[in-house]
Amino acid sequence: MTQQSRPNQLFRNLHAKIAAIPMIFTAVVVFAGGTLWTIFYSFTDSGLLPRLKFVGLAQYERLWSTPRWLISIENLFIYGLGMLVFSLVVGFILAALLDQKIRFENTFRTIFLYPFALSFIVTGLVWQWILNPEFGIQNVVRQMGWESFAFDPLYNPDIVIYGILIAALWQSTGLIMCLMLAGLRGIDEDIWKAARIDGIPMWKTYLLIIVPMMKPVFITALVIIATGIVRVYDLVVAQTSGGPGIASEVPAKYVYDMMFSSQNLGQGFAASTMMLLSVLIVVIPWAYLEFGGKKRHG
Amino acid sequence: MADTGALNRAGVAAGTIPRELSGPRGARPRRIVSRGNIILYGTLFVMAVYYLLPLYVMVVTSLKGMPEVRLGNIFSPPMEITFEPWVKAWATACTGLNCEGLSRGFWNSVRITVPSVILSIAIASINGYALANWRFKGANLFFTILIIGAFIPYQVMLYPIVILLREMGLYGSLTGLVLVHTVFGMPILTLLFRNYFSSIPEELFKAARVDGAGFWGIYFKIMLPMSLPIFVVAMIIQITGIWNDFLFGVVYTKPDLYPMTVQLNNIVNSVQGVKEYNVNMAATIITGLVPLIVYFASGKLFVRGIAAGAVKG
Amino acid sequence: MNTLKAVLAASTMLSVVTTASAVDLEVTHWWTSGGEAAAVAEFAKAFDATGNKWVDGAIAGGGNTARPVMISRITGGDPMGATQFNHGQQAAELVEAGFMRDLTDLAEQEGWRDAIEPSSLLDSCTLDGKIYCVPVNIHSWEWLWLSNKAFEDAGVPVPTNWDEFVAAAPALEKAGKIPLAVGSQSWQIHGVFRVLLISLAGPEIYQKVYGEKDAEVAAGPEIAKIFKAADDARKMAARSNVQDWNQATNLVITDKAGGQIIGDWAQGDFQVAGEVAGEDYTCLPGLGVGKALETGGDAFYFPSVDDPEISSAQDELARVMLDPEVQVAFNLKKGSVPVRGDIDQSAANDCMKKGLAILEGGGAVPSQEQLMSPDIINQINDLMTEFFSTPSMTPEDAQQRFAGIIGSAS
Repeated sequence: MTQQSRPNQLFRNLHAKIAAIPMIFTAVVVFAGGTLWTIFYSFTDSGLLPRLKFVGLAQYERLWSTPRWLISIENLFIYGLGMLVFSLVVGFILAALLDQKIRFENTFRTIFLYPFALSFIVTGLVWQWILNPEFGIQNVVRQMGWESFAFDPLYNPDIVIYGILIAALWQSTGLIMCLMLAGLRGIDEDIWKAARIDGIPMWKTYLLIIVPMMKPVFITALVIIATGIVRVYDLVVAQTSGGPGIASEVPAKYVYDMMFSSQNLGQGFAASTMMLLSVLIVVIPWAYLEFGGKKRHG
Repeated sequence: MADTGALNRAGVAAGTIPRELSGPRGARPRRIVSRGNIILYGTLFVMAVYYLLPLYVMVVTSLKGMPEVRLGNIFSPPMEITFEPWVKAWATACTGLNCEGLSRGFWNSVRITVPSVILSIAIASINGYALANWRFKGANLFFTILIIGAFIPYQVMLYPIVILLREMGLYGSLTGLVLVHTVFGMPILTLLFRNYFSSIPEELFKAARVDGAGFWGIYFKIMLPMSLPIFVVAMIIQITGIWNDFLFGVVYTKPDLYPMTVQLNNIVNSVQGVKEYNVNMAATIITGLVPLIVYFASGKLFVRGIAAGAVKG
Repeated sequence: MNTLKAVLAASTMLSVVTTASAVDLEVTHWWTSGGEAAAVAEFAKAFDATGNKWVDGAIAGGGNTARPVMISRITGGDPMGATQFNHGQQAAELVEAGFMRDLTDLAEQEGWRDAIEPSSLLDSCTLDGKIYCVPVNIHSWEWLWLSNKAFEDAGVPVPTNWDEFVAAAPALEKAGKIPLAVGSQSWQIHGVFRVLLISLAGPEIYQKVYGEKDAEVAAGPEIAKIFKAADDARKMAARSNVQDWNQATNLVITDKAGGQIIGDWAQGDFQVAGEVAGEDYTCLPGLGVGKALETGGDAFYFPSVDDPEISSAQDELARVMLDPEVQVAFNLKKGSVPVRGDIDQSAANDCMKKGLAILEGGGAVPSQEQLMSPDIINQINDLMTEFFSTPSMTPEDAQQRFAGIIGSAS
């Protein structure tokens, strides 16, 4: 809140409030309302249709004794950590490289971004092929003479989630790069000049000056990546269907399968309530620090 | 084989031998071959190979006939190039009894995407601007709920939204679908704009206030022109997301409004029957063309965004 | 006008109705692949011939993609004219909630009770004595498809039953073949298990476990044998690196795999690839020993609507779907067996004739969808998937958990 806005605050903030009506509606009615509805019905034994027959915590008990759910949670952690680290690092490095006034910037940017235009279903399918030991990379390398070469992440339960990670990064780092690039372009040229005059090495300028300045962009990127992590579904379905076995199951898939395949809405809602709860545990303290605490600007 | 060639070249480029790259570089007027540049372009090149490899597989596969696809070498170039998969994907692939391929839903997709993108970006940018520069009491609470909302899996919200739309009398209509897209695009977009606007130096905002500009005046005269890169990013996100959306399009509308992803889903996602991978790939590339064109076009806007940035510097 | 239409529709089957009064009836289904779509076209053609218009609402991706759409449409107050479901317990709640039309009167008028065979198909359309759906086809799961060439390459004769197949596995392995191709999707793996159960343990045990949910039988020695067989199967399938059933079928077609256990829909793929039954591939219903086939399939439900014109068009469609001629035409394209026992089956090919013989011999058993809720089926799916992909999981452990799931369902 800016000090200057005090004098005519009422009238001026009216505009801001009017502008925020869609957001308030979305936040309160759709998200908060829908969430409460979901939590409410997670205590029922709703099957195909929501119905008000309460079963207490039975859905949650079943949820936490299901091996598939536990594996899903574990996978989400590995996948999430990998996505966060690699998306941010690779996205930023690519953006920084493109920001070096290089030739063919437009071409490179489009190359890195184009996978984002393709649906997850197809991303999964193509990477399923490429990672397939019979006719993908492993086969090609073996044909080149390295007979013992083995690379079959999608068929090895221990590392299958990394195979999915490779495809997910391929699809989504382009957008992060674009976001970072937009942020880099927003940085004042003078800062670079000043850093150069002071003789600060480039990598140090990036790490100590530019990255902190781009904090808002990093937060946006972080949220985009994080929401994608929680929601990951199509890619897994297309690439492995949760296999081999149940080694690459993820929570969103559990929710979806419970709701629409098992026709057990109650169980699906219980699972999504748990997902939301874990999101809340992470997001609320952060949101409080970020948006709720003292005013900040810039 | 093109891919191994590319891999080799990438390997060379990543190493210390500059010969491979000196050709194209020699044509460059200004700079001299430097180690930094080799690393720079080498890294970009290696990354480009990683990003292009699947596209190569897709294009090559889409140009093969099914017997050749069955042979199983996904990297080999087609022995006999055929455009039949492309024709089939666009014009004759069947969804149930309708054999018009992707062309059937194309205009519906346009009708859905254009208003959804415009509305969602307009609302979110104004919203983000209000949050960044004109905070009012309680705004952060709503905003926090909004951000948390972004983490809810779409599938969970399907039924509540069916009920909501039914009560509003919008179920099955284009308006309803546009609103759904606007609602689900709002968290990320609002965050995007809020954070971008708050990184614009406050002095500009203050100066405009001193000059007597109001809420809308500052938005249109100062914020908009300075924000082209972020609008481009928002457009990329929205056009891609809405254009590729299948779930909302099919759940919240009627068959005469189904977007082309319904056909794409059918082509790619058939559970039973023969999977025509070549048609799958062609259909995917065709569907992705619209966002891709936007990406190409956005390059210019990006450049203009830099120009806008230069003005302030 | 409305009454006139209703009278017309009720009195003559092929009523000549002018296009002006034709009703557009939207029909949603998830049959989208080549043969399936061709089969649906038979329905549409026959329905259009009654003067109404079939508006096709195909949604691909299988039931799991299509069902949320259908349920949303129905609960959103904008129902389609008719919709596909697997009969059994999938649509039970929609029926209970009063979303579906009661077709009992029509069924009596048309004599469905007598015509539909096996009668269990109609039973699973029935709730509280009322009929709510129209079964349209029969698919059976209990088939072993073998590549003749693969066995030739391995230097062993083509097996005639499951035990011989298991015995031939080492020879196949040695020849570089995958003995058993299994798609890694959970429903396929559970299918393999069920086929083993019905074929090797027999329909009575199947009824006890899947029908009566008898946890004791599920934990007993008969089922232990089946888990042993499943253990063989998972070893034989260890190198099968595919997901979709048709990719697995393709391994058999290209002679890279010895065989595959999958339903009769695989037949279409063999035909498309130009393979001839007996020469290129061998089909063993009931794994060569069993005398029972699951008789699952698809059914159509008709949402309740206020508009009498639409209601009469729905009646018309229901009638058309069970018309003997339409049944033959539809099922030939679909690769499935007609639901009427009173029609000519001579057009069926060799493999299908073997299947028909089993059905006529009283070998029809209800499908899992008719006996169990999707929730329980999916739990078994997950268990079987885990069992097949976890070599360290013993058959005993798996059986214990299996019995637990069965027990929780009773």
